[in-house]
Amino acid sequence: MSEQGKPVTGGGTSTPERPAASSAAVPAIELTNATKRFRTPSGALHTAVRDLDLTVAQGEFVAVVGPTGCGKSTTLTLVSGLEEPTEGEVRVQGRPVAGISDQVGFVFQQDAVFPWRTVLSNVMAGPRFRGVPVAEARERARDWLARVGLAAFEDRYPHQLSGGMRKRVALAQTFVNDPKILLMDEPFSALDVQTRALMSDQLLDLWAGTGSSVVFVTHDLDEAIALADRVVVMTAGPATVKEVFTVDLPRPRTVEAVRLEPRFIEIYREIWASLGEEVRITRERGAGNAA
Amino acid sequence: MPLDSTLDTAAPAAPAPAPPATRTEARERAARHRRFTVLGARVLVLALFLGLWEVCARTEVVDPFNFSQPSRIWSQIWQWITHGTAQGSLGEQIAYTLYEALTGWVIGVVGGVLLGIALGRIRFLADVLGPYIKVLNAIPRIVLAPIFLIWFGLGPASKVASAVVLVFFPVFFNAFQGAREVDRNLVANARILGADNRRVTLQVVIPAATTWIFTSLHVSFGFALIGAIVGEYIGATKGLGLLVAAAQGTFNAAGVYAAMTILAVVALLTEGVLTFAEKRLFRWKPADAGDGR
Repeated sequence: MSEQGKPVTGGGTSTPERPAASSAAVPAIELTNATKRFRTPSGALHTAVRDLDLTVAQGEFVAVVGPTGCGKSTTLTLVSGLEEPTEGEVRVQGRPVAGISDQVGFVFQQDAVFPWRTVLSNVMAGPRFRGVPVAEARERARDWLARVGLAAFEDRYPHQLSGGMRKRVALAQTFVNDPKILLMDEPFSALDVQTRALMSDQLLDLWAGTGSSVVFVTHDLDEAIALADRVVVMTAGPATVKEVFTVDLPRPRTVEAVRLEPRFIEIYREIWASLGEEVRITRERGAGNAA
Repeated sequence: MPLDSTLDTAAPAAPAPAPPATRTEARERAARHRRFTVLGARVLVLALFLGLWEVCARTEVVDPFNFSQPSRIWSQIWQWITHGTAQGSLGEQIAYTLYEALTGWVIGVVGGVLLGIALGRIRFLADVLGPYIKVLNAIPRIVLAPIFLIWFGLGPASKVASAVVLVFFPVFFNAFQGAREVDRNLVANARILGADNRRVTLQVVIPAATTWIFTSLHVSFGFALIGAIVGEYIGATKGLGLLVAAAQGTFNAAGVYAAMTILAVVALLTEGVLTFAEKRLFRWKPADAGDGR
């Protein structure tokens, strides 16, 4: 809201000291020692994220995988500015995050389109909130609706659409704002397998033209490898980075095809060796709690 | 007796007429048939009730002086319609009561919605005012009507006031709850998309809370009528409540029933208007939720 007032120069000078951000001068996202604690309703402190270090380069697609409920989503809310870290620092485009930046787009796990607005009006919401005149907002919204293949449905209300279509509305709603940083919190987890593959391909298509940096949280390793340049494996909660894997599969990719490549399977095996252990730990904890 | 005879004729009538051409047609016919049966049974229940009452009153099984009888109530209504009441024409009485109830309702609803949304959005306000609102809510508000009569006199103002206090609280609590329970994802999404606090309130919280608010509107219009009637009953120069009071004062049971009947019709009509408005406003909702009522 007041980011414009914040010193722009602060970020420019502190050039990245991390080797990971080699391609561009300033990494798109940089978390250093980020820790987030919540007070639970019962009054206890719950650490969702602990000492998290993560750097995402400009234009990079990073997938974050980890056991269920380990704090992956919290990482995203820290980057988005919806939540502040308890300790440590989060920088976006070199600037410390203070409030919600207009460079950030966020696709939520659950349906977050406005049910009382039509499809077109939903996609127009972002530009309208940011002060774009109606006519221009409508034009941009129509353009994005056409790109996600929903041009014929602009007058419908969300409840009249299928789950996959609603997700496409959400994608259009996010992309219409031209976000430099795209945060996705298990966006396709509620969809059936076939729709999910289609949506993944569509996402890659949409993303290809934008040059934005993506952090894609998922618990589906297949999806992570098929989409991302790098896969970050998180530990069982409190979340911190366990290992980072580079996915050296050529682009452009199609999800169904890339899955069958020998290299994909190799990478899968490699990452699962790391992730599987965390999943097991989480499961054992769950069993311990249940007992 | 009459029940049995109608059932006898209805039951064999169903399969007999015209061999069903297709299954859908047969099903449609069955559905239509069912609707008519239900409607017929409803009318029958009413006729039976009124008939029994009338017969009992005429044969003095119940005392017609105390309990009156449908024919007398009807002639009382007819007399009011054609000759007017002691306080003026019947239309005028209805208009007065409606005016008071509507004014009180609008004020109560606007106040309740504004304060409910404000407290739902602003934590500090809710924490400070919360206990006071609970205390005020705990008072049986109908006892405030005599006080309003002292404050505002015999005119409409005192009835409007009692309608307002009755309407305000349910609307307030629903608006408050609605504003509190807005899907957090929707708010987060709006904020990410660039909405400031004002826009979040106007374009996310209020639309999301309308479902809650509308639920309370149905109930609260009934309350507004109660407020107006009780106010009139206690002391007024015009209105349906005064009709009740006057009829009671002269031991005219038929008059009390007649006023009640008119009130019920008025309430049902306004309820219908409200339902219609709701349907228009909630086009974005799945149909089943709207028709479930």
